[in-house]
Amino acid sequence: MERSRYMKLEINGKVREVDAPPDMPLLWVLRDIVGLTGTKFGCGMAQCGACTVHLDGKPVRACVTPVSSVGARKVTTIEGISADGSHPVQRAWAEADVVQCGYCQSGQIMTACALVEQNQNPTDDDIDAAMSGNICRCGTYQRVREAIHLASRLKRGGK
Amino acid sequence: MKVSRRGFIQGGAAAAAGLVIGFHVPESRAAAAAQPKPAALPTNAFLRIGPDDSVTVLIAHSEMGQGIWTGLAMLIAEELECDWSKVRSEHAPAAPVYSHTGFGMQMTGGSTSTHSEFERYRTVGAQARDMLVRAAAARLKVAPGACKVDKGVISSGGKSLRFGEVAQEAMTLAPPAKVKLKAPKEWKIIGTRVRRIDTPAKITGQAQFGMDIQIPGLRTAVIARPPAFGAKLVKFDGSAALKVPGVEQVVPAGNGVAVVAKHYWAAKLGRDALTVDWSTPEGGGVDTPKLLAEYRELAQRPGLTVADKGKVDAALGKAKTRLTSVYDVPFLAHAPMEPLNCTVKIDGDKVEIWTGTQMQTVDQMVAAKIAGTSPDKVTLHTPFLGGGFGRRATPTSDFVSEAVLVAKAAKVPIKTVWTREDDIHGGYYRPAYVHRIQAGVDEAGFPIAWDHVVVGQSIVAGTPFEGFLVKNGIDGTSIEGLADSPYIERTADRRVTLHTTKSPVTVLWWRSVGNTHTAFAMECMVDELAHAANKDPLEYRLALLKGSPRHAAALKLAAEKAGWGKAPAGRGLGLAVHESFGSIVAECAEVSVDKGRIRVHNVTCAVDCGTAVNPLGVEAQIQGSVAFGLTAALHGKLTLKGGAVQESNFHDYPILRMHEMPKVSVHIMPSTAKMGGIGEPATAPIAPAVANAVFALTKQRLRTLPLRLP
Repeated sequence: MERSRYMKLEINGKVREVDAPPDMPLLWVLRDIVGLTGTKFGCGMAQCGACTVHLDGKPVRACVTPVSSVGARKVTTIEGISADGSHPVQRAWAEADVVQCGYCQSGQIMTACALVEQNQNPTDDDIDAAMSGNICRCGTYQRVREAIHLASRLKRGGK
Repeated sequence: MKVSRRGFIQGGAAAAAGLVIGFHVPESRAAAAAQPKPAALPTNAFLRIGPDDSVTVLIAHSEMGQGIWTGLAMLIAEELECDWSKVRSEHAPAAPVYSHTGFGMQMTGGSTSTHSEFERYRTVGAQARDMLVRAAAARLKVAPGACKVDKGVISSGGKSLRFGEVAQEAMTLAPPAKVKLKAPKEWKIIGTRVRRIDTPAKITGQAQFGMDIQIPGLRTAVIARPPAFGAKLVKFDGSAALKVPGVEQVVPAGNGVAVVAKHYWAAKLGRDALTVDWSTPEGGGVDTPKLLAEYRELAQRPGLTVADKGKVDAALGKAKTRLTSVYDVPFLAHAPMEPLNCTVKIDGDKVEIWTGTQMQTVDQMVAAKIAGTSPDKVTLHTPFLGGGFGRRATPTSDFVSEAVLVAKAAKVPIKTVWTREDDIHGGYYRPAYVHRIQAGVDEAGFPIAWDHVVVGQSIVAGTPFEGFLVKNGIDGTSIEGLADSPYIERTADRRVTLHTTKSPVTVLWWRSVGNTHTAFAMECMVDELAHAANKDPLEYRLALLKGSPRHAAALKLAAEKAGWGKAPAGRGLGLAVHESFGSIVAECAEVSVDKGRIRVHNVTCAVDCGTAVNPLGVEAQIQGSVAFGLTAALHGKLTLKGGAVQESNFHDYPILRMHEMPKVSVHIMPSTAKMGGIGEPATAPIAPAVANAVFALTKQRLRTLPLRLP
């Protein structure tokens, strides 16, 4: 492991200075150094999506993203998508009663947020393509799908 | 399991009283209530009401996704007549008062959490309402009987008081010796679709799992464990690990070596840098192909008797036709999304533990023993569990005991974090099993003789549970769903026997436990018999299930809703029905095969679980169980070579993903039957339903899990 160095990261709109080894994955910087534990560790090899965060709005797997590669890109975590759980995706998640154990849900929601941002009206196939990288062991997929359809309606201003 | 309660110095009620604000029974009365035959339940241990009218329910079971924080709060709210929007839940501390009403220790498992608490939580709600009404009546100077309670407001003759206004006074009153619970027709909450109480925390990243615990001075420990079952730690060299920046200590931890560091990343790199010598397992270690061949060989002859009625050998000899089939299932890891972890802080003779566990009482006792203290000095906090499925209910407290060992050796507060590879390699699997069934059928093709041999490891042998779960050498979990199968019970000449095998591979209950293999073998075999008799598999089953009307009704409903007999072109339909944990679930799977790959499009489920406390939650559990069972049906398999598991992470131990998820339709049957469980019973029927659907479509009979077309 390389020696720690100071890096500036913009996380959820706030600039933070972190002292971390450059090759340390962003996931562990967020969790163990910054103290934002909403982003989860599931596999460590970009297989499960539990660690999904946004870099400049694009979903990435924080468990395989070296912190030194983040640079000036804006980091958004589950804690940063809304102040009070009012993001359309979160509202849809509550309405559809999606969560079970909840552990994968931060990652599911982060991937879903990016999907509804770039696709106004995702089809089931679009949802399959976007969400198949996020594993849910409780098997909440059916309600995740419902919630994404609902979120896209909410986002378009419909009911 | 026999748990000595003498170790717990504080009475549960008294211990819980320390937490109570706003509303509690005076300690003397709470203590009285904790006597062997309590006049009333210690209300304060389960419920507190704040001056702001908030109602906080202490949940004695671990929330691991099954929705128990919502379900048990609904039970209290039903009788309390509070405002549901003011209700919140939290995990109860680990204390004897929260012991499982059936198992006598604090734990979560067996799909029992709702039905085992149905009386207790409603009673607590009713007691509290009675105390609040008496306090309000005294203040309003009316008779308690003249008061009405609605949504947390007690009113009489135009005057009213809120719960929060009288909670302080109510706490000085004795709980009623007896309460009358509502009749089902009076229920306002039970039976309605209530959204989960833990959603806000879980969609904002605020929910705290064991993995998220942070306490001052906490260090992370990543442990090198044996690479193969049966391997022992010989020696280790931690010098390279100690050179990794952030690594502070390398300490032995039982049959492993722990690297203790400032954060996970350093601990993980430190562990990668360890040099450890392990012994080779005795006899070279388990190879799964060889093991299953041995199991198949064993299955050729009867094992220990589970059931033996009539003269099965003679009946088989007389039968018009005999059909023999062998089914096998592999070892499986639970792979909960939250890798195992455990935070331990030792301070003198006090131990504090934070971990997502399904077995608080055992963990407390095991931790106390290792730390050289008494269980009452072990404070155990239960954060949310990022999935359990049985893996967090280890009778040996494996992940807790090693964490206590590390904290003791390192002399700092530590959190152990398992990697996904540690989890997949870490044992406590659903055991591999082989079933061999010989059925003799009559002229009409119905079974008149049934000879069934089961081969596999016992889950509870060698654990403290052996004493009450193993009877006459038979581990009940090895044959559950079999000896009492309505198909076997109706067959006059029948024999079920069990070979309990031994291996160094640790095994454990895995969502729906023995039913995962017994339902597969039974429902596939019945399907085979139906096709051999040239009969429709639904009609054939219904003919066999004449004495089991609940099974028959569920099966009929699932088939009807699935469009049985009208499979779309290129699709096959398959059925299964199975009773487990007191509930009956019938499933009809609709599949296609594309380039040799099985695709499951629709699964139609009919469920008879007695009263469905929260149908919205029941549906979620059915959907989730189908997904869990489908992972096993289509993907799940651990391969051992020389005792070492070959799979390591989700790339080679795949979990069902979004694009593979079928549309699951759930039909909850109106039922006055005794309440059953719902967390597990829909898991087992899906594999046979899919295998039977594949047969309907392709005429290929698959008898091995995971299902693979040749």
